Amino acid sequence: MTPSKSWWERLRHSSLFWPVLVLALVMGFNLIFTPNFFQLEVKDGHLFGSLVDVLNRGSPLMLLALGMTMVIATGGVDLSVGAVIAICGATAAVLIGHTTDVTNTPLPLVIIITLGVAILCGLWNGLLVSRGNIQPMVATLVLMVAGRGIAQLITDGQIITIYYPPFFFIGGGYLLGLPFPLFIVVAVFFFAWLLTRRTAIGLFVESVGTNASSSFYSGINEKNIKLLVYVFCSFCAGIGGLIISSNVKSADANNAGLWTELDAILAVVIGGTLMTGGRFSLAGSVIGALLIQSVTTTIYAFGVPPEVVQVVKAMVVLVVVLLYSEPVKLGLDKLAKRKEVQL
Amino acid sequence: MKLAIDRKFVPLMVTIGLFILLYIYGIVQYKGFSSPQVFLNLLIDNAFLLITSIGMTFVIISGGIDLSVGAIIAFTTVFSAFLLETMGWSPAIVIPLVLLIGVGQGAIVGGLIHYFKVQPFIVTLASMFFFRGMCFVISTDAITINNEFYRAVALLRIPIYGKAFISVNVVIFLVVLVAAMYLAHLTRFGRTIYAIGGNEQSALLMGLPVARTKILVYTLNGFCSALAGVVFSIYMLSGYGLNTVGLELEAIASVVIGGTLLTGGVGYVIGTVFGVLIQGLIQTTIMFQGTLSSWWTKIVIGLLTLFFIGLQSVFASANRSRMAARTQKQAPSPAADAGLAANAAKQ
Amino acid sequence: MEDNCILTMKGISKAFPGVQALSDVDFSLHRGEIHALMGENGAGKSTLIKVLTGVNRQDAGTIELDGKEMLAKSPLQAQALGISTVYQEVNLCPNLSVAENILIGREPHRMGGIDWRALNARARKILTWLDVDIDVRQSLGMYPLAIQQMVAISRALEISAKILILDEPTSSLAVHETAKLFQVMRKLKSEGMGIVFITHFLDQVYQIADRITVLRNGNLVGAYTTAALPRFELVAKMIGRNLTELEDMSRFRAETGRHIAGEVLVEATGLGRVGFVEPLDLTLHAGEVLGFAGLLGSGRTETANLIFGIDKADSGSLKVNGAAVVKHGPLNSIHQGMAFCPEDRKADGVVGDLTVRENIILALQASRGWFKFLSKKKQYAVADKYIQLLSISTPNADQLVKNLSGGNQQKVILARWLATDPKILILDEPTRGIDVGAKAEIQKLVLVLASEGKGCVFISSELDEVLRTSHRVVIMRDGAKVAELAGDEIDEQAVMTVIAGG
Repeated sequence: MTPSKSWWERLRHSSLFWPVLVLALVMGFNLIFTPNFFQLEVKDGHLFGSLVDVLNRGSPLMLLALGMTMVIATGGVDLSVGAVIAICGATAAVLIGHTTDVTNTPLPLVIIITLGVAILCGLWNGLLVSRGNIQPMVATLVLMVAGRGIAQLITDGQIITIYYPPFFFIGGGYLLGLPFPLFIVVAVFFFAWLLTRRTAIGLFVESVGTNASSSFYSGINEKNIKLLVYVFCSFCAGIGGLIISSNVKSADANNAGLWTELDAILAVVIGGTLMTGGRFSLAGSVIGALLIQSVTTTIYAFGVPPEVVQVVKAMVVLVVVLLYSEPVKLGLDKLAKRKEVQL
Repeated sequence: MKLAIDRKFVPLMVTIGLFILLYIYGIVQYKGFSSPQVFLNLLIDNAFLLITSIGMTFVIISGGIDLSVGAIIAFTTVFSAFLLETMGWSPAIVIPLVLLIGVGQGAIVGGLIHYFKVQPFIVTLASMFFFRGMCFVISTDAITINNEFYRAVALLRIPIYGKAFISVNVVIFLVVLVAAMYLAHLTRFGRTIYAIGGNEQSALLMGLPVARTKILVYTLNGFCSALAGVVFSIYMLSGYGLNTVGLELEAIASVVIGGTLLTGGVGYVIGTVFGVLIQGLIQTTIMFQGTLSSWWTKIVIGLLTLFFIGLQSVFASANRSRMAARTQKQAPSPAADAGLAANAAKQ
Repeated sequence: MEDNCILTMKGISKAFPGVQALSDVDFSLHRGEIHALMGENGAGKSTLIKVLTGVNRQDAGTIELDGKEMLAKSPLQAQALGISTVYQEVNLCPNLSVAENILIGREPHRMGGIDWRALNARARKILTWLDVDIDVRQSLGMYPLAIQQMVAISRALEISAKILILDEPTSSLAVHETAKLFQVMRKLKSEGMGIVFITHFLDQVYQIADRITVLRNGNLVGAYTTAALPRFELVAKMIGRNLTELEDMSRFRAETGRHIAGEVLVEATGLGRVGFVEPLDLTLHAGEVLGFAGLLGSGRTETANLIFGIDKADSGSLKVNGAAVVKHGPLNSIHQGMAFCPEDRKADGVVGDLTVRENIILALQASRGWFKFLSKKKQYAVADKYIQLLSISTPNADQLVKNLSGGNQQKVILARWLATDPKILILDEPTRGIDVGAKAEIQKLVLVLASEGKGCVFISSELDEVLRTSHRVVIMRDGAKVAELAGDEIDEQAVMTVIAGG
């Protein structure tokens, strides 16, 4: 028994409608006003161009958004992702050391340990929220504060520069002509999709986010579901941290991943997942991240200084959050109903 | 009966006790700690944090949160410095202007939070981004404040007794503290804030002016952060966009450590003052210790905040089970019971 | 003269999307009277009150207060006009003191600040007038619900209400607290206040109400003087149908009662939880319906929670299917073949934003764990099966559950548990909020399940339901099991005697 709606209705009600529409608008804007935005050229077997830039630079954000989606779907939030990025960058840098062309630890091990640290951070957050019954905003705020201190501890207060080329491949390498981070994103997205839609986990996350008590009564282990989403979020932040430190070729405990929390939350909200929890959309969050990145790239293309970008982003966040707010939704629903009646 | 009232003050007692303990530890461990100036320096160096934390206390009591205070302070310093130095305006115009901006920001944020029913943390997070960005739009470098009035105020030492002194900023803080305590305990506005934090739905049904009060709380907080920004400008004599990064978290930590519940409805302004003092004390102790790096402060504060939140959680659940047990054990009279049962059966 | 009428509502109609909540309803209230407003769930009582107090605006009809037309656009306005409401959840601020709750918004001032001494004195005065003696400086949250209600009433008095609306005030009160409330109501009545008393307790209506207005399905059935309306007629007007179907049930139960298989499914020995349930013994056999009778607050839900594993017991042991229970919890219980339909379906049952299909397969999926995912096809099959079986009224399986009516939501929860094919079913108030026809369906279903060899625990506040559906009845009082009756021992008189104590 599936509902019979016209294709237009289904499209309009799909959660991806608005994000895709706005992305299309931004692209349209670029098509008309930005010179050479869509120009692609091949150099040294690598694809270059503004579009590629968006995908490349947007990779860490797409990863963060993927991780943040499920946390928000359970009705929580993770403000510590920036700190986790800093901690992971610091870990990787310290493990590699600063001798040129040589690493103190084999690269695969570096990656495993770094991601292990990220998972530990996720466990910390997850346990505080699920077992400690502490509000997610507060619990992750603690790591957000203390985490930078921990990153400083690891780097001993210095900015560590990395001189080991194979490490740079993570963020700067190319595979089949496309930037390597893109492949990482696709892989993580595929993994996330498998995890949530080909197992019961997605359903349970949506159930817990809508009504944790009912989920408990139905036999769902809502504590473990909550634990899982925070672990996954930090895991994604860890991968993002590797990409970022690989790109800047260093680990800066103070500035790495700064303010990325807001971007990630914005991406998820644009993508249609409600902050109050419940239904989520991985694809929506990725599109949200792409949207943010394209807007940023577009603004830079016009020579606007980075500070202004931050101001613009802040206003966009506000507008989006207000658009998705309850009163606005109710108002739009009423408008739609009035139109239907007139028809 | 008396005991039950005292129970309300336990978290506050714990905070004050912790402060005293830490202070005693400092006096015992380090020479020079017992100088009264050490305590007064806590006030002088943290006046801006004290002022903004007081504003934050009201916001959290009302059940909300404000993540933008650090950014507002930084923006106030940058904008003030810009107007004073680059534009040459007089402090008589600049100070009221920046305070007005703080107030305006608070009113807008409060309005958005209430009328659009969005979560406070996301609106104030956006505000934080906005004002940080605006700092750098005005100036990417630090601007030194050379204005005579500011300099004069900054250098002024108000003697207390002997060689001990405080600064003008501390006086400003004390005025704010008294005003805040008056507001919280002696005005309808203050009590409405507590009511909203306790149960906003009930407050609405009880006929209290919820919308107006909520917006005013954020407006008040905006004023406090702007004022803290003015105080900071005097203290540092410069305006810089990287000032006070992460300050909002320190303010929230102070409020939590001071005994205010993050869920709202319960809290004391004086508790927050001790919360700030404890942070200052930890910093001072680490400084006296000499070898530990200052980012240990961040970790300790983080853990302390966690500890107090944990304490609040335990407290809250103990209260809940006590009340649940109370409503369970009623002792009805058998005869009346029979009457009820007889009629229930006849339905 | 109708000048005795303080409130006249005429021709009130109100529709919400999909349902006509009120059609052409009249309601009048006299000065100095207690007027009971009655009707089954969904009859329109709360909508009528919401219209009166300004929460919603009526589509048609007029409201006159004291002879003047009145239109309250918000609860605040209604309050200012003299109409105060005390809701079941009391709606005060537990973190503020009692005195503050009574007077906030109108505190006495002195020299620019609140005069706390005068505030406390005034609060004390009002409470003393109501014959309530407590420390007004204490937080409201420290006091039990009955006292909190008195505080709410005091606040209404302070605002000089002309009309007091009490919405299900006695549902959570013990008997002596109810008596106290009635004492207060009589006093207010003698002062000329008009009181609207919404309740479903018949006995209380006959104790205290002067007149009764009955609503059914959004329509006015009539307004009557209590003295002139016999109990049976009142029930007939509320239900609107005869009770023969219900008699059929008793016969059905009597027949199936002879077929109890006898295998012990659940055995509890000395099971208890401090402050909630006194240690008790319980057995549930396959093929029987075990009813739990008792008043509100007697510990029935708490006992069910202990059996299913929602709460952890402090004492005693529990054996399910012959084996001691280890790692007690909802998931483990489901694996043992237990199902639990909770009392509060909104908070603990329904997952509103998910579809009917998802809600129905939820427990089944939980029992399979995270990785053995039911395919979409299988999900739809299961959902459709139970939509048909329980006659769940929904356009399709993809409808969001929050859009269904209360009764259908309850059926979805029931479907969820039936889908797990349980051996043991614990049903806590499964017929709450369901219309009478569906109620009978569910009661019959319970007996059918028992006849199939399952063991059912049936908890309900409506004693006649419990008596009609159960083979054995456990009677609880004050958190303790006080008696157990079986077969022919079960009859109203006997049960009531036990509940009454002896």
